[in-house]
Amino acid sequence: MSPRRLDTTALIYLALAGVVAVGGAAVAMDGGNLFSTANLVDMFTRTSLTGFLAIGMTLVILCRSLDLSVGYTAALSSLVAATTMDGDPGRIVLGVAAALLVSGLIGAAGGAVVAFLGVNPFIATLGVGLIIKGYLDTRYKGPAGDVPALFQQFGYTRVAFLPISTIVMLALAAAGIWFLRSTRTGHHMYAVGGDIDIARMSGVRTKRVLMAAHVLCGMAAGTAGLLLAARFGTGSAESYTNLYELDAIAAVVLGGTLLLGGRGGIAGTVAGVLILAVLDTVFNVMQINPFAKDVLRGAIIIAAVAIYARRQLGRTARRPRFDAATTGAGTGRP
Amino acid sequence: MSPSPVLAMRGIDKAFLGVPVLRSVDLDIEPGEVHALVGENGAGKSTLMKILAGVHTADAGTIELHGRAVSFTHPLQAQHAGIATVFQEFNLLPELSVAENLHLGREPRRRGLIDRRAMAERTAELLADLGVDDLAPAAKAGTLSVPRRQIVEIARAMSQGADLICMDEPTAALADAEVELLYRLVERLRDKGVSVLYVSHRLREIFDLCDRITVLKDGERVATVDTPDITPDELVTAMVGRRIEAVFPEPLPGTETGEVRLRVEGGGNAHVDGIDLEVRAGEIVGLAGLQGSGRTEVAEAVFGITPFTRGTVAVDGAPKRITGPRKAIAAGLALVTEDRKAQGLALNQSVKANARMVLDANARVHSRERLARIDGVLSGLDLVSQGGDQEVQYLSGGNQQKVVVAKWLAAEPGVIVLDEPTRGIDVGAKHKLYSAIRSLAAEGLAVLLITSELIEVIGLADRIVVLHDGRIAGELPAGATEQQVMAYATGRSPA
Repeated sequence: MSPRRLDTTALIYLALAGVVAVGGAAVAMDGGNLFSTANLVDMFTRTSLTGFLAIGMTLVILCRSLDLSVGYTAALSSLVAATTMDGDPGRIVLGVAAALLVSGLIGAAGGAVVAFLGVNPFIATLGVGLIIKGYLDTRYKGPAGDVPALFQQFGYTRVAFLPISTIVMLALAAAGIWFLRSTRTGHHMYAVGGDIDIARMSGVRTKRVLMAAHVLCGMAAGTAGLLLAARFGTGSAESYTNLYELDAIAAVVLGGTLLLGGRGGIAGTVAGVLILAVLDTVFNVMQINPFAKDVLRGAIIIAAVAIYARRQLGRTARRPRFDAATTGAGTGRP
Repeated sequence: MSPSPVLAMRGIDKAFLGVPVLRSVDLDIEPGEVHALVGENGAGKSTLMKILAGVHTADAGTIELHGRAVSFTHPLQAQHAGIATVFQEFNLLPELSVAENLHLGREPRRRGLIDRRAMAERTAELLADLGVDDLAPAAKAGTLSVPRRQIVEIARAMSQGADLICMDEPTAALADAEVELLYRLVERLRDKGVSVLYVSHRLREIFDLCDRITVLKDGERVATVDTPDITPDELVTAMVGRRIEAVFPEPLPGTETGEVRLRVEGGGNAHVDGIDLEVRAGEIVGLAGLQGSGRTEVAEAVFGITPFTRGTVAVDGAPKRITGPRKAIAAGLALVTEDRKAQGLALNQSVKANARMVLDANARVHSRERLARIDGVLSGLDLVSQGGDQEVQYLSGGNQQKVVVAKWLAAEPGVIVLDEPTRGIDVGAKHKLYSAIRSLAAEGLAVLLITSELIEVIGLADRIVVLHDGRIAGELPAGATEQQVMAYATGRSPA
């Protein structure tokens, strides 16, 4: 491939700009304004929850793993936070810490099954998710706990059109980008996902790296749970029914991170999250039938991944010994 | 011989599943020496190298590095001891940069964080030290050409402080101009006092580059000589030498060479070029060549997996455009692939399910007739199994191969291509397969036999076509000697 070719992250931001332009034009033709404050607020509010989950998901997918339990982890985390805080502003810090601890432990459990027992991550984390679901379904029949008004600010306050939660999400994304680039553990995630054997042969502690990715992914899901608690004012077990994990995976893949690991990053994921949010807001403003909306979303995700797959093909082809331009004349016989 | 070699291997034995691959091999390497390790396919070169790299552990014998006994049970131990290996498959991560690959697992840090500037600087120094000035440390490894990836691997070996670098067929994938670059690099290493163990099939390189040569044959060391003391012809003779005659079955009575069933003229694609090939009914044509010479690529082109983009193919006199396996099967071709387990069989399915796969997918034959045909084919091959419902993974290698052959015979092909049919099969089963190949020819099939074992082509083929570097280097009649085949295969004209 030619070195002048566009870098994937740049391509995704270009796609995001395209989606914004086309969406804006479509809404304008419909007589609306996509960039009105109300619509911008709607758009950015959508980004924070998926964003938290997708940032964590990027780490595990980079390691060629996966975490299907994040939706359940977030639901549990919202309950842990709300019941620990129990309406007392003095216990906010404790609630946050408890939620992050529990979600980190869940991530560690899934990661250990993947790294040490060698179970396929799809199955391992689906299993972890189901265990949490079973616990939530038997233990909590409805909402539980009480989030103090001060912490609910995390769900509702905004600066101009930017919700606080979105700012926190973007800060976490920036921290994630820095982590992947500047720490050994982060950097080694690319090596583990690229080829775990080469990584191991080079002295990378692959199991430790995998564990780190899963723990951080769990904690990111825990942060999403904190946001759920702040928004609902209470812990909500049913929130797992929204299948947030699938949105997160879609955003990561849209953002150009290879499901096979080793390639991609959080900058792309943020763009993926934004693309999904813009689409949803556009569909919402234009009052598109929800079923058609899902069809469009699905089609866009498939199209994006197909484009990446084509770009990837050229890199992996076996190296030619003869190219058509220089050969064909001689028979090769002495 | 100087008193302190870098490496001294003594009496190395290694067997796989009871089959001896190395027998009491000795090897000494001096500081700053370029030492060639040569031998036929299967002579044990790769195994010896993998023992040095810590991939395999020797069954018996000692290894001394700088006079100190070592034993490796893991590749990292070999690396830490100062032995680096550049394998044919690259151990670089394509998505990481040159600098990142060079420092993987040993990234320089400042205040606990990766120091990318130091990494880039060190990389530039290492490359400059090797005399390479046009390789950007920030370039992704996946975008580099093959020789540049080799440079990166060699630079990595240097940065690990290796004083012995093993190179496995380093030029196998290189074009002529690129070989020059590797020469310069190897000479540079020698000047810096680093020893190089150079495994290659290419005699020219060995005579150009190497100080001494160790010849392996059938797992034993035949000789270690100073390069000036031996001629290329003598070297080839040493490599093939005299060996225990294997017994090959004679052609069956009534085998007649008939019409041309497969004809390729000027066939070429990205991997092979100028392929002219003719296989007649009742004929066994051997396709010989060293590893990487393009044997499998010819088979894959004929069968449409990576089709020819130049030249013509005719089956039974009719021109065919074979652009995929389905077309090939429709034209009457069959391919028994090199990798039986990955490409030939569905291992956890039954003998019957495997045997009927090709027929079910391609032929318009009534299901009762199909079953009858498969039963007939299976019984004709003397398959030893607990019945048609046994999963093929529990069969021996020889019997698995028979199931693969059966699956193709059921489709009643006119041309059958056998790619390494006896790989991983024990001696007795090999003999039965030889008989089976003979009877395929007797039934009027055109057989194209690809094998890396010289003795097999010589023992079975009516004609031998030898490949070198993706082209046909020469053609020999039945009764050719190993020396003649080897001469073409190593890129020289036979003496």
